Amino acid sequence: MFQLLNTVLIGITAGSIYSLMAIAMVLVWRSTRVVNFAQAGMALLSTYFGYEIIHMSGSYWLALPIAMLAGAAVAATIELIFMRLLLKHSSQGAIASIAPIIATLGLLGLIKSIIGYFWGNQDVTIDSPFSNVGFTLGSHTLALSPMKLFILLAVVFLTLVLSLIFQKTNLGLALRASAYSPEISRLAGIKVDLVRTFGWSLAGAAGGAAGMLQTANGNGTLSPDSLEFSLLLAFGFIAAVIGGLDSLIGAVLGALLLGLVLAFVLTYVGGSLVFITAFVLLLVVLLIRPGGIISQKAGRRA
Amino acid sequence: MHKVKASNLTRLIGFVLLGLVLFFVSNRVDELRVYQGASVAMYVVAISSIILLTGYSGQVSLGHGALLAVGGYGAALVRNEFNAPVWLCFAAAVLLAALWGALLGATAARLSGPYLAGTTLALAVGLPSIANQFKFLGGEQGLIFDIGLPPASLGEFFSQYKWFFWIAALTALIAMWWLQNLLRSRYGRTWRAVRSQSVAAELAGINLARSKILAFTVSAGLAGLAGALLSMSISTVSPGAFPLSLSFALATGAVLSGVTTLGGVIIGAVTLVAIPEVADTLTQSIGASENVIANLPGLMVSGLLIVAVLFVPNGPVEQLKHRQKR
Amino acid sequence: MSLVIESLTVEHGAIRAVNNVSFSVKKGELAALIGANGAGKTTLLRTLSGLNKASHGKAHWLDTNLLHAKPEQLVRHGVSHVSEGKSVIPELTVEENLEIGALWRRNKKEMSQSKALILELFPRLGERLLQRADTLSGGERQMLALGRSLMSKPELLLLDEPSLGLAPLVVEQIFQSIRELTKTMGITVLLVEQNAMGALKIADVGIVLNLGAVAISGTASSLIADPAVRAAYLGY
Repeated sequence: MFQLLNTVLIGITAGSIYSLMAIAMVLVWRSTRVVNFAQAGMALLSTYFGYEIIHMSGSYWLALPIAMLAGAAVAATIELIFMRLLLKHSSQGAIASIAPIIATLGLLGLIKSIIGYFWGNQDVTIDSPFSNVGFTLGSHTLALSPMKLFILLAVVFLTLVLSLIFQKTNLGLALRASAYSPEISRLAGIKVDLVRTFGWSLAGAAGGAAGMLQTANGNGTLSPDSLEFSLLLAFGFIAAVIGGLDSLIGAVLGALLLGLVLAFVLTYVGGSLVFITAFVLLLVVLLIRPGGIISQKAGRRA
Repeated sequence: MHKVKASNLTRLIGFVLLGLVLFFVSNRVDELRVYQGASVAMYVVAISSIILLTGYSGQVSLGHGALLAVGGYGAALVRNEFNAPVWLCFAAAVLLAALWGALLGATAARLSGPYLAGTTLALAVGLPSIANQFKFLGGEQGLIFDIGLPPASLGEFFSQYKWFFWIAALTALIAMWWLQNLLRSRYGRTWRAVRSQSVAAELAGINLARSKILAFTVSAGLAGLAGALLSMSISTVSPGAFPLSLSFALATGAVLSGVTTLGGVIIGAVTLVAIPEVADTLTQSIGASENVIANLPGLMVSGLLIVAVLFVPNGPVEQLKHRQKR
Repeated sequence: MSLVIESLTVEHGAIRAVNNVSFSVKKGELAALIGANGAGKTTLLRTLSGLNKASHGKAHWLDTNLLHAKPEQLVRHGVSHVSEGKSVIPELTVEENLEIGALWRRNKKEMSQSKALILELFPRLGERLLQRADTLSGGERQMLALGRSLMSKPELLLLDEPSLGLAPLVVEQIFQSIRELTKTMGITVLLVEQNAMGALKIADVGIVLNLGAVAISGTASSLIADPAVRAAYLGY
């Protein structure tokens, strides 16, 4: 009984962190129609900034928002310099669809190398502000600790805030309009380029939060090649695709679904099948709904 | 008709000449170069599989590393279970990988763009680790793939690495010749049509799904062959030999070569093999710190990739052709 | 003269889509720009609104240079372009499509005032306010596009083939609406149309474009009476 409960808890916690990454990818996709593999790299970089803040001040609470701000700044810079160049140069030919993907992959590698140069390739540690010891219910320990509870609450909060921004504010309307139709938006007077940069900043902030939370969720170690970040990248992207790249809610749902399924496989079947399960899940979802769970049209040709 | 036949013959002669050149060169360079040559040959086959899939049929795969793994494991299993001759092992690798490619292609035919990218990425992440689950795949350590010593007729001093190079180079030459013929045939034209004007192609009676699946199958077969070559040169096959970074490296190589033409494939292959060495030389000559040594190759590959995608998106070969037209 | 175009040329590689075009439009006038398919009308309009780049020449609206600005900047100078075909964002609601026209003004009060006005003018849109724009009929979409551009309080309206693909009765309504609105609000209009008769009937002046160059220009009534124009474009 408790194993079941714990599995669900593990799944939801992991899923909620992936959802932040998935949200970041959906944000970028919706504002630029580019899949940004460098998202995890940017999240990694933001987390290193967070690490520096903790190093200097000892406070995780100061580090978290600063990491998010750093994430926003890094993302905005990359969008301004990198993406605009990219969109200008490579809009024809076969390469058009994969060029941005490959470029962001290159960017990911670049960021990792830069991190390795400045901070070294060894692990550094970030201590989590809450206890990682699970709550106890009688003689059983739940897979829910104060830290994990905080993570869940933080993700819910951030998702709500982002959804509000997107659906209820003028800025959110400008973001959506620019993503759906940049030309009409320009003719309506929307500064599409600026809005895009803002979309990327939001994504960067979400990624920064994901990085800080993911590190605290694990054993607190951070390094350029850390497994956690590779997982974050792969699963965040897969979750976004499962949810349908066009929807924030879809990203959250997709991530939770992924987290739960993987947790069950981990507990009841075995660790090494986890990765292939992600693949199978993705395949199953896309076969039924080629545009992801929350797609408007079945069989969307991106 | 006459013209076509003539150019086919010239190309065949070209390949044979290239083979002879490589034969002579291999006798004059040192061990390291010969080994690198084998790697280059492997990358040529692997990158060409991506060029076929993406440049010709317009589908993106971030997980070709997984298909290489299938080929490698297939070759090793056939060798270890049946003690089959090398060429049979390679054939098994091709067939097995092609089968997987057909399956993957069938499921992928309905997907496009990022959805396809995501699926192949998941495969790349998932497939190698599946080896840990099944005992007959050797788990973490993997399997041994030993193609045996060079035949005695080549003499006592014929090194193992040179043997690898000969096999790899011959395989690559044959594969490339075959692929070029395929790409120039109506299959190649069909793929190009599907890639650039899929609606028009469909209206012209081309079965889109079948064409896409065929492309995936052939591409996978080539990838499997490359995987077999890779395993041969390291004499083992294990999950660790096919990490996610391999798939990314192949995508990089394809972009550097020019995704749309086969002609530049050697550029990408050589670059991928050369970068670690260039990085090494650089760091040694400037006496850099440990941080730099560890990170410079990655930095160079990434930087090169970014520059290539931004400024030479269709590859240097296309760029040159474009210049010539002007 | 408020809209002044001098020797405007737009080249696409070796082809001159717009070839040395010069004309002017007075403030408050409705000018019809007609011509066959491919005559360069749309290219001209897109160049005036900043979507295309001109190769040579000048174009001014009052004292704003139209050729060296991005579309979103020109909107702030009172220029609004409704492009042909896809002129509304299908995934957004009717209300949202209207709102994006006034976002740049950053004034909530003004935005709701404008919205109320537009809904008065086009009651049908009010009925469908919360529906997605892709559920609208062709005529309704055109109304919505027009409504959106009016939300930005334009002084110069560039309309690209508003009648395209619409039923004849709807076309009548659209043309009438355009004339009434722009005359009441004092908006200067450059109306590009393949429907030459419909456009000339509501226009003050007309310009005929052929193969990228100006063939004839003059008052609308004189063009309607001109035998060459009648033969080529008016069908009699």
